[in-house]
Amino acid sequence: MITVPIAYYLILAAVLFCIGIAAFLIKRNVITIFMSIELMLNAVNLTFVAFAHVWRQISGQIFVFFVMVVAAAEAAVGLAIIIALFRTRRTLNVDEVDMLKN
Amino acid sequence: MSTNLLALLPELILTLTAILVMLLEPLLAVGASRKPLGWLAILGSLGSGVAALFQLRVVHALGTLTGFYGTIQVDAFSIFFHLLIASIVVTTLLASLDYFPPDQISHAGEYFALVLFGATGMMFMTSSAELLMVFIGLEISSISTYILAGFRKGRATASESAIKYFLLGSFATAFFLYGIALCFGATGSTTIAGIGAGLAATKTPLFGWLAVGMVLIGLGFKVSAAPFHVWTPDVYQGAPAPVVGLMSTAPKAAAFAVLLRFLFEAAPTDRHHWAPLIAIMAVASMTIGNLGALLQSDAKRLLAYSSIAHAGYLLVAFTAPEPLAVSTACFYTAAYAAMNVGAFVVLTQLSGFDERLRTIDDLTGLALRRPALAAFLAFFLLSLIGIPFTGGFFGKFYVFSAAVHSGYTWLAIVGLANSGLACFYYLRLLTALYARPTTDTIGDAPTPHCLSIPAGLALIATAAATLLLGILPNRILSLTQRAAPSTVAQCVMQK
Repeated sequence: MITVPIAYYLILAAVLFCIGIAAFLIKRNVITIFMSIELMLNAVNLTFVAFAHVWRQISGQIFVFFVMVVAAAEAAVGLAIIIALFRTRRTLNVDEVDMLKN
Repeated sequence: MSTNLLALLPELILTLTAILVMLLEPLLAVGASRKPLGWLAILGSLGSGVAALFQLRVVHALGTLTGFYGTIQVDAFSIFFHLLIASIVVTTLLASLDYFPPDQISHAGEYFALVLFGATGMMFMTSSAELLMVFIGLEISSISTYILAGFRKGRATASESAIKYFLLGSFATAFFLYGIALCFGATGSTTIAGIGAGLAATKTPLFGWLAVGMVLIGLGFKVSAAPFHVWTPDVYQGAPAPVVGLMSTAPKAAAFAVLLRFLFEAAPTDRHHWAPLIAIMAVASMTIGNLGALLQSDAKRLLAYSSIAHAGYLLVAFTAPEPLAVSTACFYTAAYAAMNVGAFVVLTQLSGFDERLRTIDDLTGLALRRPALAAFLAFFLLSLIGIPFTGGFFGKFYVFSAAVHSGYTWLAIVGLANSGLACFYYLRLLTALYARPTTDTIGDAPTPHCLSIPAGLALIATAAATLLLGILPNRILSLTQRAAPSTVAQCVMQK
């Protein structure tokens, strides 16, 4: 059986992480920005699982569960904050959320 | 009592009190005062401080406490931060007891509970020896503070502050996590000790450097060190004043504790690689913070930039070798916490929930209207400048002398130049307090009301702490030095 080399997983994860960073910086919609953070977290999860396989260590896999749980909690709070923002501003465009500045 | 429970005692007390507050809240009538819940929360955080002192006695008698298969490690270092966080929380809660106006009073219970939950997370961060626990603690504290930042619901600036904090905070968390993943990849372990052993023996140092760099970025965001500081002024300006006092000190103290443990225990062999990086971050934070503050007219925004600068001063301590770095950083954290929380307690009392007084113009002539509050604020500002007989002076003194001792004389000089620069904006605010008010500000000045007893207690406590750190720095320094060798001892044991 041919196995996929570990480097492939790591490169894929790194690319996903970079796409997440780029989207975070480029996108203007709050929900899309939030999605790009989730993409970065999933890239981290992939890295953990790949390394857990390399080291034959279960702790990497367990870390992934906690990352998912925490991401869910963060999503609950984040979406609530987004709703609060929309109620006061009627917009989800981050460029228009600019009352606080120098 | 089992060691597991004993190791977690302060966190357990805080969590249980927070849950109790949340359970009792619905039993109170709508519109009824939530002050009893506030006092309960204060009692709980005092209890956790007492528990931390109890742990200190046990640690003195029996050595480092470990629990939960070594993931929790209670030593003098973590107990120092537990006590610091517990005192910050008590002060914040005292200052916020009368913060809520009658129409907002029904949310006060949640507020008290969230402050306690956040403190639990921060304490977890300082006492965990496993990066998984650090991550969970970091998230518990972050998620609570995201909500607290936007607590003045319905105000447009509050939700903006919360969303900016939330997005940039989660972005930073992703970097921190990626750093942990790379540490795990380089060493096969997620415990700080295991990573330290692994990184010392690794054949692929590039992975290790990348990992340490990522962790540095993630924690750099949390302590608002430049160039990861952009969120700080906006978030502090929009968040409620007592919350800013809390979140500019307690989570930063916890993040600095993690940074100290991580850098000095997991990556001591790479010190010559990361120490220059830290020095650059320190210079950038001090300079950007102080230059930014010169341009501000909003008091909270000014203090936000000043907190960036203070993060820079604190990072200077990291260039010293371990025992010196740990003790000076601990001392500076305590001094900064005392004076900064104090300044925000004053702002809380002045501006109230509606933030009536915000800008330096609003504060002009305050000494005539509220002499006591103005005097307290002036004292905290003098300490932030670093005038002798205040905690701020000895904090800076120890930090800069640590830099000189470890061969970073240029860094100490840059720091001193920055302290001089900082005088300008602190003194601008200070002279405004004692200046003659212009006629129009008297007209729309709110009616002065008496200082409430809890807020007065909070002010006296912070002022006393600032003064004590300035008059008897040796006693506190010897305490923090006791915190330092315990981490060294563990390092030696592992080798």
